[in-house]
Amino acid sequence: MAEAGSRQYPAKPARVYLFGTCLIDLFRPDAGLDAVRLIEREGVEVAYPADQTCCGQPAHSSGFPEQARAVALAQLRLFPEPWPVIVPSGSCAGMMRHHYPKIFADDPALLREAEALAERVFELTEFLCHVLRVRLSDRGTPTRVALHTSCAARREMGTHLHARELLEQLAGVELAVHAHEAECCGFGGTFSLRHPAISSAMAADKVEALLASGAECFVSADCGCMLNLDHTLERRGDRLCGEHLASFLWRRTTAHEEQR
Amino acid sequence: MSARPLKFVPASEFRARAAAAVADPQLRQSFRRAMDFLIERRAAQFPDAEVLDRQRRLAEQIRQYTLARLPDLLEQLERRLVDNGIQVHWAETAEEACTVIIDIARRHSAKLIVKGKSMVSEEVELNHALAAVGIDALESDMGEYIVQLDGEKPSHIIMPAIHKTREEIARLFADKVPGAAYTESVDELIGIGRAVLREKFISARIGLSGVNFAVAETGTLCLVENEGNGRMCTTVPDVHIAITGIEKVVEKLEHVPPLFGLLTRSATGQAITTYFNMISGPRRAGELDGPREVHLVLVDNGRTQAYADAQLRATLQCIRCGACMNHCPVYTRIGGHAYGTTYPGPIGGIVSPHLLGLAATHFMPTASSLCGACSEVCPVRIPIPDLLIRLRGEAQHDALHGHQPLLGQGAARNPLLDLVWTAWAVLYTHPQLHRAFLWLATRLRWLTPPRQSGWTASRTPLKPAARTLHEHMTSRRR
Amino acid sequence: MSARERILERLRSVPVVPLPEPDLGAFQADPAAVSTRSSRTARIERFCERMNFWHGQVIRVTRRNWAASLRDLCADRGLRSLVHGQVTEFADELRAAGLPGLRVFDRPVDSWKAELFAEVDAGLTSTRGAIAETGTLIIWPDEREPRLLSLVPPIHFALLDADRIHDSLPEAMREQGWAAAMPANALLVSGPSKTADIQVTLAYGAHGPKELIVLLIVDEEEAR
Repeated sequence: MAEAGSRQYPAKPARVYLFGTCLIDLFRPDAGLDAVRLIEREGVEVAYPADQTCCGQPAHSSGFPEQARAVALAQLRLFPEPWPVIVPSGSCAGMMRHHYPKIFADDPALLREAEALAERVFELTEFLCHVLRVRLSDRGTPTRVALHTSCAARREMGTHLHARELLEQLAGVELAVHAHEAECCGFGGTFSLRHPAISSAMAADKVEALLASGAECFVSADCGCMLNLDHTLERRGDRLCGEHLASFLWRRTTAHEEQR
Repeated sequence: MSARPLKFVPASEFRARAAAAVADPQLRQSFRRAMDFLIERRAAQFPDAEVLDRQRRLAEQIRQYTLARLPDLLEQLERRLVDNGIQVHWAETAEEACTVIIDIARRHSAKLIVKGKSMVSEEVELNHALAAVGIDALESDMGEYIVQLDGEKPSHIIMPAIHKTREEIARLFADKVPGAAYTESVDELIGIGRAVLREKFISARIGLSGVNFAVAETGTLCLVENEGNGRMCTTVPDVHIAITGIEKVVEKLEHVPPLFGLLTRSATGQAITTYFNMISGPRRAGELDGPREVHLVLVDNGRTQAYADAQLRATLQCIRCGACMNHCPVYTRIGGHAYGTTYPGPIGGIVSPHLLGLAATHFMPTASSLCGACSEVCPVRIPIPDLLIRLRGEAQHDALHGHQPLLGQGAARNPLLDLVWTAWAVLYTHPQLHRAFLWLATRLRWLTPPRQSGWTASRTPLKPAARTLHEHMTSRRR
Repeated sequence: MSARERILERLRSVPVVPLPEPDLGAFQADPAAVSTRSSRTARIERFCERMNFWHGQVIRVTRRNWAASLRDLCADRGLRSLVHGQVTEFADELRAAGLPGLRVFDRPVDSWKAELFAEVDAGLTSTRGAIAETGTLIIWPDEREPRLLSLVPPIHFALLDADRIHDSLPEAMREQGWAAAMPANALLVSGPSKTADIQVTLAYGAHGPKELIVLLIVDEEEAR
């Protein structure tokens, strides 16, 4: 499923679309803004279609295909220009890239549109690595961070490789390896609401692994996992903070005074 | 946790059992340790991702090719088995499968059936059916023997007693095996089981086994095992009864090695098992041992329902390696018993609805975070998360136009949930309404409820940001 | 209608697109290596290494001295009885080597099951060959060498001719023409019986032999 290495990447474009995702939109807009800043700094203009809402994944994975399809359809035509569509979330990018064509498989015209869109969808770190080929220079003090990649990001978008590649560019950042790194944090969208005992146990294990890694903070390119882990940590009173990878990269590569 | 006949487990009971399992540190540790071990062993068998990818694709092709010809191959298998002197029986349901076996047992006046490992026999609740007519069924796989001795069911399809510690087994043997002294030595414990079961192999009139691959071309039943109990059951007693699902057929003998190679490496990280037992008939004229009668019971029990649907058919590709369970973060947390079904974990989530119906099993497809670890390791590339999602939908809605309703179709329908998702879809398909909602949510963030359903069970409440990304981006543009 | 007819009818009522037969060459780790065979020495080495990994012992013998080697092995282990099949050349050589406690499996097992289980220390079988890749013996029991010889006695001695080691299972199946005529029971055996069912701790001799000793018949110069 992971397609790292197998995808053909286009040349650096002049403009891109940002699909901000519903969770970033409502809960972590800073992460979306930092993604925009990272892209703009490379001389690429970012367009943000105001009519975007959600990729439809919550309904899709909860077994409400009709509702998922309606919401997906509402996004399908928001990106008329042939520019890349950048998504600062592996799981939403995976939804648009891999699941949209399946959702619209029964309608040839929509399928063509979905496939054309899927071709242009890039997860943020993938885009930074392979299309913009960014060279980051670290301006922060030495630190140890742990990287949590969402399951969809890892298995559908190869984000664990891209994120690691970006972090490795930061001279002052040491990557802390944590136990069971590839394992799910227990978020799983509505899974966390439907099976709280299991979800909580998974989140607790993940949090303990992150704490045991000796990292000063953890980063993730997926807002869902971040909210799950951050709010678990907060509830436990643990002092480990999570940061969206976009925000972390922006913070580390800008001087303090120009950060916002 | 006790195991009972597990036909109808309400969702609420699953939640309670899962919660109990999660709160049991001993169980958590047993499963974590064992699953980590199996994950590591498997990984060591597949050092080259590209080679593995090629082998998985081939295995998937073999299974799909076979399923595409399933009725023809079943008939060919039957012909060849009959030519070889093996008697073939067909069973549509679990009850029919048990009846077939009881009839054979009665014909031979058998009081004891000694069993090799067979998940299908668990699935059809054979032991209960036999007990009801006064026939003892004795499990002879060490793990199965242990759980049966304790009145339990397997908690893992490959390692049935994985939830038990050595100390628990030591206590169990000392209590339940006549004449056994308490020992925590694994070698001695296995020695006790060996001695007890060897007696039974000699005295049993009938041996029962499962089947890993049934080869149509040669009329051969293949059994994969390490212990030798499968060979005992299929060799020592006068009668051998094999029971299997109709999907276990393969066309040619040469299709077996690729599947066998992936099965053992995926299951336990072994390049091959100690024994690969190929049975193509009863004792032949002049031979001095082997069963005088061999029977095969081909079981449907819901498989034709999965077969009828192009997407759900992939379920039947399964070769029962258990790798999806070993890699499942949910299974690792709660173990096999919490599910209450014969097949737990991810594979259980996609198989059980066909065997038992969605009314009894609609919670199973939801017991997954859809992390995809299962499909990543599946040797026959079953897209398990996609199938789980599909079944979540089928459990909550009527069958789509042109689709046959599944057993228990729509059993988990919840009008309130329908309303919530419909409202959600309205909101998220009307951008202006959506923006108004976001505006309101951010402005009223101080009203964020402190308790948010399951979320706040172990987390602080979610609270909207002061302003949305939408608003930030609009003001940036100005 | 019978269950059989109903099941088949349900399956047949499903429109299924036929698929092309899979290309089995893809299973090879290195597709280029399908047609190339490794050398005899490499196969022997590989077989021995894998068999040892499975806890099976391999002892190199020659066609002349195998019976004497077996006698010594039995003596070292204090074995009092060894059962073998009705293979005349075996019987003669074993007798000539002076093995004590020889028994022949020459009557239907039904009349002496308990005795076979209780009183025999070791069993000897021939093999139909072996598989280097996995360290596996190919055993086809028949009217001369019953199935239980390799299963019931606590120690299993297996005679293997080094000429008959194949690289892989598919190759053995092809070269030996299995699909054309399968015996009532064919076996692949890789090491002694084992289990890891108690807390994933490996234990040998679960239900079958506790020891598997392969007498590998090599040429005189290879034995040195």
